[in-house]
Amino acid sequence: MLEITNLQVSGGGKDILRGINLTVKKGEVHAIMGPNGSGKSTLARAIAGHPEYEVTGGSVTYDGKDLLALAPEDRAREGVFMAFQYPVEIPGVNNAYFLKAAINAKRKYQGLAEHDAMEFMALVREKAKILHLDPDLLTRPVNEGFSGGEKKRNEIFQMAVLEPKLAVLDETDSGLDIDALKTVAEGVNAMRSPERAIVVVTHYQRLLNYIVPDFVHVLQDGRIVRSGGKELALQLEDKGYSWIEAEPQLM
Amino acid sequence: MSTSTDTIEELATREYKYGFVTEIEAEEIPKGLSEDVVRIISAKKNEPEWLLEWRLKAFRIWQKMKEPTWHNVTYAPIDYQDIIYYSAPKQKPSLKSLDEVDPEIRKTFDKLGIPIEEQKLFSGVAVDAVFDSVSVATTFKAKLAESGVIFCSFSEAVQNHPDLIKKYLGSVVPHTDNFFAALNSAVFSDGSFAYIPKGVRCPMELSTYFRINAKGSGQFERTLIVAEEGAYVSYLEGCTAPMRDEHQLHAAVVELVALDNATIKYSTIQNWYPGDKDGKGGIYNFVTKRGHCIGVNSKITWTQVETGSAITWKYPSCILQGDNSIGEFYSVATTNNMQQADTGTKMIHIGKNTRSTIVSKGISAGKGQNTYRGQVRIAKKATGARNYSQCDSLLIGDKCGAHTFPYLEIGNTTAKVEHEASTSKIGEDQIFYCRQRGLSAEDAVNIIVSGFCKDVFRELPMEFAVEAQKLLSVSLEGSVG
Repeated sequence: MLEITNLQVSGGGKDILRGINLTVKKGEVHAIMGPNGSGKSTLARAIAGHPEYEVTGGSVTYDGKDLLALAPEDRAREGVFMAFQYPVEIPGVNNAYFLKAAINAKRKYQGLAEHDAMEFMALVREKAKILHLDPDLLTRPVNEGFSGGEKKRNEIFQMAVLEPKLAVLDETDSGLDIDALKTVAEGVNAMRSPERAIVVVTHYQRLLNYIVPDFVHVLQDGRIVRSGGKELALQLEDKGYSWIEAEPQLM
Repeated sequence: MSTSTDTIEELATREYKYGFVTEIEAEEIPKGLSEDVVRIISAKKNEPEWLLEWRLKAFRIWQKMKEPTWHNVTYAPIDYQDIIYYSAPKQKPSLKSLDEVDPEIRKTFDKLGIPIEEQKLFSGVAVDAVFDSVSVATTFKAKLAESGVIFCSFSEAVQNHPDLIKKYLGSVVPHTDNFFAALNSAVFSDGSFAYIPKGVRCPMELSTYFRINAKGSGQFERTLIVAEEGAYVSYLEGCTAPMRDEHQLHAAVVELVALDNATIKYSTIQNWYPGDKDGKGGIYNFVTKRGHCIGVNSKITWTQVETGSAITWKYPSCILQGDNSIGEFYSVATTNNMQQADTGTKMIHIGKNTRSTIVSKGISAGKGQNTYRGQVRIAKKATGARNYSQCDSLLIGDKCGAHTFPYLEIGNTTAKVEHEASTSKIGEDQIFYCRQRGLSAEDAVNIIVSGFCKDVFRELPMEFAVEAQKLLSVSLEGSVG
């Protein structure tokens, strides 16, 4: 599904990622962990094609295609979804209208008929129900005046409606209290499927209590310094990131 | 991967799809302005003596007036002797039916999406089509007459309803009002007249479509709408012009009169040719619009979507004289490339418990300069007057500008006046967020802009809200790379 080879990325004139290698297969959930400034979010944004980051080397293959050659909107239409760490407000634009435009842009790209208002509303209601979402959220402007928890839940809701093949969650747990965290995790778990890959970027282990990953990778200074199973996250929780610096694993 | 600055700042030429020219034989008078020209125009219209005198008075006053310079727009001096003040397509002097409209003119309006055949029109919309200096057709006149509504060209109204014209012409915007209004009063050639009798709710939307076609001519039209006691009318005007290398002047005057319990909704979709990306050509849109809420509980609402013109200079205003009368102004003004707009409103509170609302949305892209200028005046006797103003500016790119000049004069201590203003920029983060959801950068801008303008669009008649939204996206086309 996703094959990242020796990816090097700079942003703001600084080298941030210095050679990332990562393979994610269908149905897998990978967690990317690491201390602040290690490059976790940069990796997520580079996959999505954020214009503030420049790829200076390496390659990313997604579904057999050169992902880096695609415009951000085409990556999205090909099934790459990123849940934002800081979801952006779009004042005056109603959430449902925005989502309908998004899903229809994707369907058009895939050569499918666009959803009319009825089909779209049926789909949205069904997804809102699964995520225990207040339908009121749909008629409000995109993220405007949302609480931190609502914003994150809205990201997961958009993900559920857009049904991506690859979902990248960028620090989705930041700023959430434990109840909101659980709701968001439930939503993500409901999206787990043998056809879908999920990459969870997080600083803390606590989210991984609820979204249990198949693999955990630790990023430090722009490189993956250690990979393992879900127990790696627990070790990190226990010993802190400094433990890895003290005991570097041979990669 | 593109760098961040590419997305927003790259500017391309936008397309103006109404820029075609109609080849038609026109009756024109020579360039230049003099008392003789005023007399010729009046004679062509077969006007009564009093109207000629009124024009001449205006002309003499205009000659002594100076062109205003207080506005925040710059342009090369206008040579008023280099303008053709009357240009009319040659056609039969009086049309018995709409079928007699010249096929070329009919085709022009068809192309503009304004068919002047009744069966093809948007259902429930009557149109007065003004081509250069004259009205060429008015639809649904007979149907409107059934409910007593008069809707016709201004020239026709002068002939058929002289008492109404005499009573109301210049009653809201006097011929001495300002430089451009005086000029218009002297040389106006046509326009629309609507009269809604007592207690009548006008059964359809009224609209006038203005088209400038002739080269080197100006368009000077007058619109007068009178709503008698308890009457209601919704009126819409649209405007386009061909692409020409020289600037053309459009100096109109609109007067609205609302008596007791009457409501007038006046909406404008202004899409005059804006000039090319280097500022060559385009319409100078210098317009005086004012409504007079004479009666108690009367209401006048101005809604405008201003996307065209090289320069826009207009301040649709309300004089709130009747107690409890209401004035509203909802505006979206966009300036792209080299366009300049200095627009806003005046709300003059005279009666007790008068209320006004101002919502202004300015969008600047390219090197566009967008100015909101608004005055709220609460007279001494206007006990309990209220005003709420909201002025928001949206910037696309960093070569454009937004300016806000609110003027408040409050003469009564019971008045409540609120003013809110904001300036925001369409952010890279907003565009990226939309793109990550599968929208193109262009669609992202459109969706962000339409959200920004929502408060104004919802004031437009349904049939036109969609048009306005489309127009806005065309006018900002090319503002992102």
